[in-house]
Amino acid sequence: MDLSVINPVLFVAGFLVAATPLIFAAIGELIAEKSGVLNLGVEGMMITGAICGFAVAVETGSPLIGFAAAAGGGAALSLLFAFLTQVTLANQVASGLALTLFGLGLSALLGQNYVGIKPPRLGDIDFGPLADIPVLGPVLFTHDIILYLGIALVAATWAVLKFTRAGLVLRAVGESHDAAHALGFKVKRIRTLAIMFGGACAGVGGAYISLIRVPQWTEGMTAGVGWIALALVVFASWKPWRLLLGAYLFGGITQLQLNLQGAGVAIPVEYLAMSPYLITILVLVILSRDKSAAPASLGRIFHASS
Amino acid sequence: MFFGGLLFVALGKDPVAAIRTIFYEPLFGQYAFYYRPQLLVKGAPLVLIAIGLSLGFKAGIWNIGAEGQYIMGALFGAGVGLAFYPYEAWFVFPLMVAAGAFGGWIWAMIPAFLKVRFGTNEILVSLMLVYVAEQFLASMSLGLMKNPEGFGFPGSRNLQQYESAFNADLIEGSGMHWGVVAALIAVIFAYVLLSKHRLGFAIRVTGEAPRAARFSGVNPVRLVLFCMGMSGLLAGLAGMFEVSGPAGQVTIDFNVGYGFTAIIVAFLGRLHPVGILLAGGLMALTYIGGDIAQSQLGLPAAAIQVFQGMLLFFLLALDMLTHYRLRFGTAEVV
Amino acid sequence: MKLSALLTGAALALGLATTASADAHSKTKVGFVFVGPVGDGGWTYEHDQGRLAVEKEFGDAVETVYVENVAEGPDSERVMTQMALDGAKLIFTTSFGYMDPTINVAKKFPDVKFEHATGYKRADNVSTYSARFYEGRAIQGHIAGNMTESNIIGYIGSYPIPEVIRGINSAYIHAKKVNPDVQFKIVWAYTWFDPAKEADAAKVLIEQGADVILQHTDSTAPQAAAQEAGNVITFGQASDMAQYAPKPRVSSIIDNWAPYYIARTKAVMDGTWTSTDTWDGIGPGMVGIGEISDAVPANVKEEALAMKDKIASGEYHPFTGPVKKQDGSDWLADGEVADDGTLAGMNFYVEGIEGTIPQ
Repeated sequence: MDLSVINPVLFVAGFLVAATPLIFAAIGELIAEKSGVLNLGVEGMMITGAICGFAVAVETGSPLIGFAAAAGGGAALSLLFAFLTQVTLANQVASGLALTLFGLGLSALLGQNYVGIKPPRLGDIDFGPLADIPVLGPVLFTHDIILYLGIALVAATWAVLKFTRAGLVLRAVGESHDAAHALGFKVKRIRTLAIMFGGACAGVGGAYISLIRVPQWTEGMTAGVGWIALALVVFASWKPWRLLLGAYLFGGITQLQLNLQGAGVAIPVEYLAMSPYLITILVLVILSRDKSAAPASLGRIFHASS
Repeated sequence: MFFGGLLFVALGKDPVAAIRTIFYEPLFGQYAFYYRPQLLVKGAPLVLIAIGLSLGFKAGIWNIGAEGQYIMGALFGAGVGLAFYPYEAWFVFPLMVAAGAFGGWIWAMIPAFLKVRFGTNEILVSLMLVYVAEQFLASMSLGLMKNPEGFGFPGSRNLQQYESAFNADLIEGSGMHWGVVAALIAVIFAYVLLSKHRLGFAIRVTGEAPRAARFSGVNPVRLVLFCMGMSGLLAGLAGMFEVSGPAGQVTIDFNVGYGFTAIIVAFLGRLHPVGILLAGGLMALTYIGGDIAQSQLGLPAAAIQVFQGMLLFFLLALDMLTHYRLRFGTAEVV
Repeated sequence: MKLSALLTGAALALGLATTASADAHSKTKVGFVFVGPVGDGGWTYEHDQGRLAVEKEFGDAVETVYVENVAEGPDSERVMTQMALDGAKLIFTTSFGYMDPTINVAKKFPDVKFEHATGYKRADNVSTYSARFYEGRAIQGHIAGNMTESNIIGYIGSYPIPEVIRGINSAYIHAKKVNPDVQFKIVWAYTWFDPAKEADAAKVLIEQGADVILQHTDSTAPQAAAQEAGNVITFGQASDMAQYAPKPRVSSIIDNWAPYYIARTKAVMDGTWTSTDTWDGIGPGMVGIGEISDAVPANVKEEALAMKDKIASGEYHPFTGPVKKQDGSDWLADGEVADDGTLAGMNFYVEGIEGTIPQ
């Protein structure tokens, strides 16, 4: 056992990358949930985004166009969910699960011809001398643009929710759709937009896995990240900055586990793999005093006549 | 269904044959004598779990961690069975049933207890515990429960080869094992509970108007504990019956998603016991028919999955009808 | 009453019709049960290649059917039964977890032949087959030991089962032979197939100084991670993974099931099929060594190919003494060759490997 082989700088840089798909998927879901919609189809939207982004990036040779397509694909799939839950008023939990099933199948069908292909690479941003700063340089300034975009998105979400009228309206719809409706807001339209935003973000998160983190396409490659994103939103008690922190925690534990194994520490892997989930539960208990966290109308069906 | 047909056309397959294979073949086809019992085997755990979940869902208590409770039920049940091996006695199986039920129950009581004590969100806690249970399962099948005669391969002894612990078909080849019986009993139990018993009334009123429920003397703490405990218990039973019967052994990926599928089944069945029975049968049908379509028509597994997704969307969208009927109803009264 | 009678009649007629048409073709039907998707690029992909090779070899004389993503347990039992009912004469079940289901179904269909991959239970109509992948690991170890500059070789294991441990030992023995300073870093991913996790594992090993990555998981993700990192070499697993050649992928172990599948299908067609236990290696072609790329120095390549030939001819066994176990106790005396029984259940590291096998 030799812990010194773990390079803390590379370790941190590693989990920044591992956390990025989570950040995207979770921030999208956060917006949807803030509007009062619980969409359990994150996994389905992510994997659809992963293949849309991958296919388009391969065809056009541009990873950035790929990411745009991933956002489009995720949003398109989420429209199905929006139709079910907002127009036909189907149950959100069941619709979300069905969406995941559908998305996994659809992506596998779409991806049949893309197995074993290498995608075009998205280079890291060149920060020039900044990247050469010891410690901070490799940690902060050696990444691709999407990773920074993810962090920017968290900041933007926080600002919009806190300071803008649009954020206020969104929260109002999520807290009490009846009151919001009485005030003249188009509840369904706002929720549909929030769902689509969630879909687009999940799509980008999925594409980050298929285009940057792995990078390749294989069936079912998101392997449960969408579910962790769902957990993360609640873990963060619907607060963007906590979400960022949580994403690093979740991403960091897997990295740490692998790092410790590589360093020859005999750890019971299964029990360490459990730990992020147990920690989340613990955090939930600690945070439970904060009763105001969850949007009051979360998961409830809104019907204008009722 | 129509879009499903289009999908199969797009893949260059005969849509009529595909849909016929999925829905008709297992029920009335040449080998229906084999598939019909398989419907019971596949449908029973779904129905058993979904019934338990529906009680909570009706009351607005969201246990989405049935998958974890299913695993724990299987581990507890199999654990008791393996501990007695190779001792043959009549009481081994009943003990395993009790242990399985307890395993699922205790796993569901964690989110229930945290909810009533600290007010934590049960959706999240129960979901987290699924992952914990999965890791626990991996640890057990690689470690403690590993078959000592298995040449170091992961996985426990096969309970099918241990007579006292084997949950065999009650009538050979009928697919009717104890899990099926338990599922049918659960349907009847839930039906009676919801329509005749005071507790059923409490569940319904809490789901529809929580504050009214409190005024009418419903104890929300006890209701949460009951609903979560019940759904965990039934999920645990489902896992135990599966591991001691059709599956036979504890393996790393013994769980195949029954706990999550059961959530869809519960909603497809409109949270009504009889509806759930039918929905469970339908899901089982698409799984079995889907596998037949794969091998007979060469459809990829993904196409079957997409088709299932579409079918679910369609059935869920039918909710619209119930909602709008409600509206017409009130209009008439006015 | 009438309607149901009519339906039954129709069902019977349809049923009879399908049977008749099936007989008319008199094709030999061969079924394949796959644990993953055929597009996994690794384990299941290679089995499917074997299936396609059978189709190509016999043309219209055979019909192959397959079902992918079949969960181990009752689902696999149902799929096998369904194939047998539909008239399959030979069924290949390609995952260890299908072992007991295969035995169960085989009891019900004594006339149907079953072939179970990687298991240890046989019956009159159930054969088992597996490949001696450790022979390929020896060659990998030789190349890896020669090429590593940091003397750290990263190894991504799936689950701590005999098959994987055998591979680690074989690779280590041969890396050590050419490079006494070599050190193995072993990371267990606890999955056969999870691209994101495999990529992470590879990255971690590289960050910890490994410049060779050996993988016993099925996706190409570690290859991609190694390419990204630059000066790291890898070996294809299960499938050639040639898209990552010449570097990082410098060679590969290819599961080549085609010759076996063709031979067994032929045996069923000729009526000469008997229950056997096959454990083939490089010699009969079940284990293929993917082309050794130019990134490998010429002399190393030559030695590796020589070793391959010696293993193929049976002249050399990768587990030849003297070899001690990790705890220092003797395992193989000088010149002694490991017996198959010990290899099949191998649950110990050889001397020199650090760390313990997780239990």
